[in-house]
Amino acid sequence: MLDVRLSAVTKRFGILTAVDQVDLQVEAGEVVCLLGPSGCGKTTTLRMIAGLELPSAGDIHLGEQRVNDLAARDRNVAMVFQFYALYPSLTVAENIAYPLYAERLAQADIERRVREVAAILHLDEVLERRPGQLAEGEKQRVAVGRAIVRDPSCFLFDEPLSRLDVQLRETMRGQIKEVLSGLNKATVIVTHDQLEALTMADRIAVMRNGVIEQIASPHDIFAKPNSLFVAGFIGTPQMNLLPATLLGVAAGGMRFRSGAQDIVLPVEPAVADLPPGSEITLGVRPRSFALASEPDDTTLSATVDIVEPMGAETLLHVRDDGRDLRVVVKRDQRVQVGEQVRLRLAAGRAHVFGPNERLVQ
Amino acid sequence: MSFWKSRREIGKAGWGRTLFAGIVSLIYFFPVLWIILTAFKTRPDALAVPAKLFFTPTLDNFERVFVRVALGGTEAVDTGFGLFFFNSIFIAGVSVLAALVIGILAAYAFARFPLRGNDTYLFIILTTRMLPPIIVIIPIFLMFRVTGLSGSYLGIILLYTAFNLPFSIWMLKSFFEELSPEVEDAARLDGSSELKVFFKICLPQILPGIAATLVFALILTWNEFLFALMLTGTETRTVPVAMARALGGELGVDWGLLSAVETLFIIPVVVVTFVLQNQLLRGVTFGTVKR
Repeated sequence: MLDVRLSAVTKRFGILTAVDQVDLQVEAGEVVCLLGPSGCGKTTTLRMIAGLELPSAGDIHLGEQRVNDLAARDRNVAMVFQFYALYPSLTVAENIAYPLYAERLAQADIERRVREVAAILHLDEVLERRPGQLAEGEKQRVAVGRAIVRDPSCFLFDEPLSRLDVQLRETMRGQIKEVLSGLNKATVIVTHDQLEALTMADRIAVMRNGVIEQIASPHDIFAKPNSLFVAGFIGTPQMNLLPATLLGVAAGGMRFRSGAQDIVLPVEPAVADLPPGSEITLGVRPRSFALASEPDDTTLSATVDIVEPMGAETLLHVRDDGRDLRVVVKRDQRVQVGEQVRLRLAAGRAHVFGPNERLVQ
Repeated sequence: MSFWKSRREIGKAGWGRTLFAGIVSLIYFFPVLWIILTAFKTRPDALAVPAKLFFTPTLDNFERVFVRVALGGTEAVDTGFGLFFFNSIFIAGVSVLAALVIGILAAYAFARFPLRGNDTYLFIILTTRMLPPIIVIIPIFLMFRVTGLSGSYLGIILLYTAFNLPFSIWMLKSFFEELSPEVEDAARLDGSSELKVFFKICLPQILPGIAATLVFALILTWNEFLFALMLTGTETRTVPVAMARALGGELGVDWGLLSAVETLFIIPVVVVTFVLQNQLLRGVTFGTVKR
């Protein structure tokens, strides 16, 4: 059982630093998602683990072995590519068997292993076809099959579900998770889809500009984002980020001025250490608001601008002093466009980010 | 779910269009048809005005391609055309294959392992095709004389290989560039050496491209006249040169004989094109089809 360790790994392309001093450890049996917008260095990080790119600095270890100078074919890493990268001139069976040819197994063993994998992934019917004759979901399963047919040191997935439609994506998410849970390998998944990351990962590493901003469990990354970027990136609808001024301690929490309104919120004790007058950002998830009947100093008032029914819930775009806020309410709460509403925050659900864009804690 | 290619159906285009396409094809094909018909005509039939569409076919012309009976004589003399046909096939075959092998390797390298100044090299290679070849014929003629290559198989094969290389490299490079590098990366991760990536993954994918390049190079080499005229000797003469020499006869142009030679001359190219037609069709439409 091997783990994957990156220590201070840096990759430069000319003057561009794609990956900057990344430290990451993935235990055997653990699934870590690299999540971030495009161009944040997540795919480059993955390709360095695979051996398709060489790091400019830093060390990569698979288990006890430092693999920096090991060619991709000697690393025994299994990777599922974004566009599947199936071998177009080989049949499905040959595609799945391909990694085994390199291991010089007997033909009978190869056939047995291919049959086993095909059975797991429901590919028995299409073994004789070529990739060009497969549906998108089948291609995806062949790509997974080619990865799990051997006994690799770790699994790498590059945007594995991005080409599937929504329904298929859900099915495949479950299938991949199930397959992986039986294999007890270190797994790294690159994705820009937070839902994919939140559902499949044991830990999520959010990347921006080549740097890991935060690495934590899906729960923690959602509940305690440690920077403005992570706060805005994780969660749909997006977290509301309100610029505000810290006024001082008040009964029941701290007093802030946001736009023209004052609001008292219970927040982390560390916030009290900030000097009054600090310019901070309040982060509030759309689902952390409740509609209040009477205004008081714990509510914000705003005007409803747009009402978007989303099925079980309704998304309100409300406006206060020219700023838009997103608020999610239960669908039975009828709200009209143009209506004045008072929003009360659920206790302890406000995140305070300091002037350096980091969470104050 | 249709996983299988739908069979080609004439009906889809409509009979009107099919008929139109047929007529256009016939117009293009007519000169070739006329040559083939003439090859089977006797001399009076070949020269008849108005032209005869229906006549009694004869194989005389084909016999006379290879064997000549001198006027008034009885002894048959070998015309040498057997050797010339062999020369054409041998020279074109070897030089086209050589250009393909070198071209494939070079194109793969240019496409996948670019050098510093890659585009400059490619441009330089292309410039060799910018001059009309006749410009270099005197220097080449002199070079061949000095090195003793003129009149030899090696000389003309080297020359044709060099002529076929530039466009082979350019054409094949574009085919390699169409391939997804991800697939090659996948093969590397699956334990393949670079050689295996090339032979097992890349080559099978560009077979249509190789077929298309092969046919173009073959036709070009097969029909080449100028250099063959200057640089081949009696032993290495190719069919186009021999044909030109057979043009003038004691009794004017022998159309029947010439047509017979041409008919035979067309056959190898037709056969190769026919054998490769499936690959060829995909080759010339490469990149326009969703993979």
